[in-house]
Amino acid sequence: MSEQQTITVEVDGKKLEASPGQMLIEVTDAAGITVPRFCYHKKLSVAANCRMCLVEVENAPKPLPACATPVADGMKAWTCSPLARQAQKGTMEFLLINHPLDCPICDQGGECELQDVAMGFGEGISRFAEAKRVVASHNIGPLIATDMTRCIHCTRCVRFGDEVAGIRELGATGRGEHMKIGVYVERSVSSELSGNVIDLCPVGALTSKPFRYRARAWELTQYDSVAAHDGVGSNIHVHVRNHQVMRTVPKDNEAVNETWISDRDRFSYLGLYTEDRLLKPMLRQDGQLQEVEWQQALLESAELLKTVDAARLGALVSPGSTLEEMHLLQKLLRELGSNNIDHRLRQADFRGDAADPAAPWLGQSFADLENNEAVLLVGSWLRKDQPLLNHRVRKSVLAGGQVMVINPVDYDFNYGLSNKLIGAPADMVAHLAGVAAALGADTAGVDASAGAEHQAIAEALKAAAKGLVLLGSMAQVHPDFSLLRLLANNIAQAANVDLGFVGEGANSTGAKLAGAVPHSGGGLSVAGMLKQGLDACILLNVEPEFDVANPVAMAGLLNGAKVVALTTHLSPWLLEYADLVLPVAATLETSGTFVNLQGDLQSFNGTARPVGEARPAWKVLRVLGNLADLEDFDYESSQDVRDEALQSIGEIKLDNSLADTSAVAASLISTELQRIGGVPPYSVDMLVRRSSALQHTPDGWKASLHVSADTASQLGLMDGGSAVLRQGEGEITLPLVVDGRVPPACVWMPSGVPGSELLGEGFAAVSLEKA
Amino acid sequence: MTLRCEPWARADKRADKETLFSPQIRAEIDQWVAKYPDEWKQSAVMASLRIVQDDNGGYLTRELMDRIADYLDMPPIAVYEVATFYSMYELSEVGAHKICVCTNVSCMICGSENIVDHLEKRLGIKLGQTTEDGKFTLKEVECLGACGGAPMFQIGKQYYENLTPELVDSILDSLEQDNGE
Repeated sequence: MSEQQTITVEVDGKKLEASPGQMLIEVTDAAGITVPRFCYHKKLSVAANCRMCLVEVENAPKPLPACATPVADGMKAWTCSPLARQAQKGTMEFLLINHPLDCPICDQGGECELQDVAMGFGEGISRFAEAKRVVASHNIGPLIATDMTRCIHCTRCVRFGDEVAGIRELGATGRGEHMKIGVYVERSVSSELSGNVIDLCPVGALTSKPFRYRARAWELTQYDSVAAHDGVGSNIHVHVRNHQVMRTVPKDNEAVNETWISDRDRFSYLGLYTEDRLLKPMLRQDGQLQEVEWQQALLESAELLKTVDAARLGALVSPGSTLEEMHLLQKLLRELGSNNIDHRLRQADFRGDAADPAAPWLGQSFADLENNEAVLLVGSWLRKDQPLLNHRVRKSVLAGGQVMVINPVDYDFNYGLSNKLIGAPADMVAHLAGVAAALGADTAGVDASAGAEHQAIAEALKAAAKGLVLLGSMAQVHPDFSLLRLLANNIAQAANVDLGFVGEGANSTGAKLAGAVPHSGGGLSVAGMLKQGLDACILLNVEPEFDVANPVAMAGLLNGAKVVALTTHLSPWLLEYADLVLPVAATLETSGTFVNLQGDLQSFNGTARPVGEARPAWKVLRVLGNLADLEDFDYESSQDVRDEALQSIGEIKLDNSLADTSAVAASLISTELQRIGGVPPYSVDMLVRRSSALQHTPDGWKASLHVSADTASQLGLMDGGSAVLRQGEGEITLPLVVDGRVPPACVWMPSGVPGSELLGEGFAAVSLEKA
Repeated sequence: MTLRCEPWARADKRADKETLFSPQIRAEIDQWVAKYPDEWKQSAVMASLRIVQDDNGGYLTRELMDRIADYLDMPPIAVYEVATFYSMYELSEVGAHKICVCTNVSCMICGSENIVDHLEKRLGIKLGQTTEDGKFTLKEVECLGACGGAPMFQIGKQYYENLTPELVDSILDSLEQDNGE
């Protein structure tokens, strides 16, 4: 079937162009002709079980469902002829037979597809006088509320689980009148995309649990924004009431997030209004942080910036900050004479700074991810780290592509892996070098031997017409990141596939472009600052105990420096170490720009009012610039800042090529027992960590130490018992979990979670014993 | 989007399938799996449920259904769907003799209500219940395709047609004497 071929169909007397194989409903949707429907969804397979979209088709003996009727040349259809109308009204009457009349107490009320369609196709009075059925609901977790009596069995949620989320958790059990949609066995759904069934559900059977009874659809004002917790930059609608964010829902953008968003992007807003949200500026007086007026706080901050020795001034900025914030912060620093600024807070290895790519990105467009024949993930739990990129990769697998991983933990994926090499963090280098050796590429000085699995991976990459080597978040926090990067680069070149990076936060690509890195002027990286120490340190949206690679060293830095924190929340460490705390607007409250992993520059406006006296960070930085007597800090809007930033960036040229390919020696050596760090999916930033609903899902980190069964028995430890983990000076006692995903001689204890601040860097030799 | 024509996806395929069932059961299931294309082994789910149910004394447990899901590389919920859809599968313990009484149109017209009444009285249980001694379970089912002999019921693998209360008594008498055989 050639793509260009078009055929003509006639609907309601209008001639429409269509391509062969399309369903009638796709053609009418494209032409703006309304056909009522419940089970049909453009991104899901056709079920044709609700029968709402029945239309009259010429020569057909009875009405046909538009969603399951392929178009044919010359076909004539009528969507609102007497026959079609009669069929639609009949279907509506049947659908309403068992649907409860509880719209006044239903959260879907006002945005309910059943309500809307019933207005057009339902009768005013029901002829059904018998008892309606009642269905008991299961608790399926902290994100989705269930009222299954309202279910009309469209099965969109069921198909979503199988076709998009990749794990079918919901199903239709029983039959006839006893059929019900549910999990059958009560459990929390575990998909990282599960919240999308809330949008898919045409009725009030599946609704948002955190949003439940909080507001009515007609009270909400809708604003557009961009989600801030991964590198996708999902487009979202933010629903606001009384200047407060009430919920976020996806906005269609086929090139970015299609029509989905991850649970993290959907429920992170819950972190906005927590008790530790900072409402007023604070100044340390007599050893105590005390609330002060903005004027005083700003003057004190500017005074500090003016007087400090520029060589001993540094700034750490969260990779989830906007382009505008990063641009202003680096400008402030550089005009003060310091180049000590970094956004790569969780990176541990900076030996490759000279080789840093100009603008690291995914290496492919998101849509291209679907066309790969082979993908090698290095140190990546793509499924949870970047759920919507993983969704695209999954599509490539469904189309016959292969995905292979080299990971320190046997993470679960929602597709089959054709090859996986799971080993202790130190083994990742050896495995990657093995693949390089199998390809005949330079192994960067690593003594490598290619086993059968390395050969298989190498061959799959080499045979692929389109392929990708992707360095994930676990690779970027690895103590030998520069070596992993070099090896991945060599592999990609030898196999003629793309090389990609999945940076942290929403704006890691933008951070590099904006200059939130030290090396455009020979400043200190995070590691350099931690080593040398600072006299004054600016933190922008950084929670120092959780957001940096080595919290123990960070505590030392904060102890010795005057700390100015621009932050949304007041974390315990800020309370302890900060000298000035300036409340800034959180994401969704400020305007700004993110550059996502495929280089889309996406700007957005603020949606809700910042809480308390918080101000957008770009305004705070602008005033600091003015008060510090710096030039050119007179912006009227964040657009001015963006324009200036874009002017200095010039054309965005994404580039993953390494500027320098000289090798470094592996620094991580196998030890008796090694810690595996990394950051769990729901601990990535300040807001997400405070979203209580996300923390209560199966993906929320439960304070525990994970080891393999072998390691546990060697150390005489029991599953569920208490164990003490010692790392350097630090120690922590937590329950032990025997976890088959962890390789031998390792303890999985992530960074960014409560307790991790006591331990230092994520990958190191540790000891473990019974508490 | 198009109509669906692919098997249910399952990412975490079990490698140790030989631990799931005994060699005999696996051999029986494999016979059925062999009837379908490789990627469609899920089609053997109905036969597998029957084989496993027979082996387990006439009923299925959640654990057994999970094992079938693992064995056939399908999501557990997809197995529950099949098991809850068909009345031949039992999800809780049943008596030694399962009496499946048809109450569908033909049997109803021919007096299945009397048969049900009589059974309930004689056994002292309601539809869907099991006698205290664990001998009989009474179950209402839809048409079993024996309308020509309505009213009818099925016990074990045997159909009994043209039922009258007297005939029901003699059938049950002989079963009671068989002592569960």
